[in-house]
Amino acid sequence: MPAVLVVVASVAADALIDIRDVTKTYGHGETAVHALQGVSLRVDAGEYVAVMGSSGSGKSTLMNILGCLDVPSRGEYWLDGSNVARLSEDQQALVRGRKIGFIFQSFNLIPRTTALANVELPLTYAHLRRAERRRRANRALELVGLADRTGHRPNQLSGGQQQRVAIARALATGPRILLADEPTGNLDAHSTDEVLGMFDGLHDDGRTIIVITHEHDVAARARRLVQVADGRIVSDEVTR
Amino acid sequence: MSPRDLMGAALRGLTANKLRSLLTVLGVSIGVGAVIVLVAVGNGSGKAVQARLEAMGTNLLTVSTTGGGGGFQRGQAGPASQQYSLTLDDAAALADTRLAPDVSSVAPVMTSSGSTATNGDTSYTVSQVIGTTPAYMPATNTPVGIGSSFTQEDVDTSQRVILLGQTTATELFTRPASAVGQTIKLGAVDFVVRGVLASKDSTGFNDPNATAIVPISTLRATQAGYGALSQIVVQAKDTDRVDTAQAEVTQLLTARHQVPANQTSPFRITNSAQILQTSQDTAATFTALLATVAAISLVVGGIGVTNIMLVTVTERTREIGIRKALGARRRTILGQFLIEATLLSLIGGAVGVGVALIVTRFQLAGVQPALVPSSIGLALGVSAAVGLFFGSMPAHRAAGLRPIDALRHE
Ligand SMILES: Nc1ncnc2c1ncn2[C@@H]1O[C@H](COP(=O)(O)OP(=O)(O)OP(=O)(O)O)[C@@H](O)[C@H]1O
Ligand SMILES: [Mg+2]
Repeated sequence: MPAVLVVVASVAADALIDIRDVTKTYGHGETAVHALQGVSLRVDAGEYVAVMGSSGSGKSTLMNILGCLDVPSRGEYWLDGSNVARLSEDQQALVRGRKIGFIFQSFNLIPRTTALANVELPLTYAHLRRAERRRRANRALELVGLADRTGHRPNQLSGGQQQRVAIARALATGPRILLADEPTGNLDAHSTDEVLGMFDGLHDDGRTIIVITHEHDVAARARRLVQVADGRIVSDEVTR
Repeated sequence: MSPRDLMGAALRGLTANKLRSLLTVLGVSIGVGAVIVLVAVGNGSGKAVQARLEAMGTNLLTVSTTGGGGGFQRGQAGPASQQYSLTLDDAAALADTRLAPDVSSVAPVMTSSGSTATNGDTSYTVSQVIGTTPAYMPATNTPVGIGSSFTQEDVDTSQRVILLGQTTATELFTRPASAVGQTIKLGAVDFVVRGVLASKDSTGFNDPNATAIVPISTLRATQAGYGALSQIVVQAKDTDRVDTAQAEVTQLLTARHQVPANQTSPFRITNSAQILQTSQDTAATFTALLATVAAISLVVGGIGVTNIMLVTVTERTREIGIRKALGARRRTILGQFLIEATLLSLIGGAVGVGVALIVTRFQLAGVQPALVPSSIGLALGVSAAVGLFFGSMPAHRAAGLRPIDALRHE
């Protein structure tokens, strides 16, 4: 009997991401903005989730909380079995560095720094040795098809190329979770296709992907669609 | 992040805006350089003054008379200038160890100026002919360089012997060494050159080497007549006993010349140790003043570092957010910005030291600067501390940012 209980417990804890009744309020009193008003969401390992919703509905706020970049005003966030609120600042940094890869709409590459150095950065923070860093960063850039652009600085790359560098950087540490906030928002159709192709590949590899988007064809590539309106989840369906 | 990676990140941060880093470095190096150079100048001038004074002899008392005011009013016999004038008997009394136990030697001095010395066809106007006893030479730190001094016996028998100052000897004989044993004329009187005085550093505007020294008895007999002594040079037994010797001299002279108790002493006693002490104090104050000015410029340089680091942090807030999103820990960010600030100050410090080392090789405002080694260490240490101290506020601000706030920064 105890064995069964253990199995049940492990199934319950299986959700990689588990937020429970999370609210986020900016400001106080009259001017307070309730960006999230009681959001609960479970995402299992290996899922490919798209989040849609109108502008200002709280999608980015949700993703910042999921990525440990921001803290909820109320509610709990369990990531990979541990309560994020209980983690110290340094432990949260460690989680960001090891478990999560971020892809932003505005790329967020470090200016005046080569593509290779940008990709190496999370590996540096993960205390990898220099040679190993080089190797992994080069491979990640190869993976996104930028092997010939390693020495270029962000301002010497096209938008699509910059986003691919950002993806390489997000992948370099081999994180289990990929959080992308409108990754294709600044890209043309062709670059969008390339990026989405990469996401498909990562999904096939078993990574967990959460992508925020306004575009239906981007959302259509995911297996599950979460719709957000006014700080609440209004629908959550498996699409494929 | 390994120290090497941190250093690399800091260096990249600094080189990203070269001109700005350069100007900040310049600010610090001016501060550090100023500290070292100004302290060296203060120290150098202090040393120069000390050297000059030490050349005069440090346990020396020079007694002269001011003529004394009260004599006429009291209606005493004879003018006051005679009552209080210094005599050979005074000198003899001061030399008596029972009367003045802390006095080691006494030399009466008479001077006559403007005498013409002639050697054959060559003549030279000696600015000062000093008549004295052999004790004068050691007491005033005036050693005989070539030949020998005259003796007490020469004084007793009024021998016509002379010691020439360097300039006098050179003017008369070209080679000072060849002067010894020769006969020259001083005025109309023949003198045999006994020796040539060692060269002395100038203590003022007069050339201290344009002199000649003869036995006092000879000077009185041949040049100056039998007037009062111009001064009595008294050497104390020890540098520590200069003050007691001065008291003894004052007491003795006051008694001998029956100076009324309510009258200010007509004798002026210059105490070389006191002059030295005063000059050293002045030099120390001077140095402290210069160091303060320099320290202010160092602080200004430090504020420049803070300013630049604040600008850098503000400018790179987004970058800090990205770094945090990628897993940078608080202390990594802190370390990077602290190292940047410290590097700025340390490079500035090193440049400042380098420039100061070069600058202090030259005379500045007529002073040969004398480097104070500790000022270099101090300036470097302070510049590193300035970096850490002034850089820590912006660095802490950067490290304490929440990732999302940093990322959202415009
Ligand atoms: N730092 C902040 N301070 C105050 N209000 C904020 C802050 N960040 C977001 N908000 C507010 O919270 C709400 C949700 O913002 P959020 O960025 O999550 O929207 P979004 O769904 O990502 O919109 P978009 O699709 O335009 O990116 C908005 O009304 C916004 O004005
Ligand atoms: Mg958004």
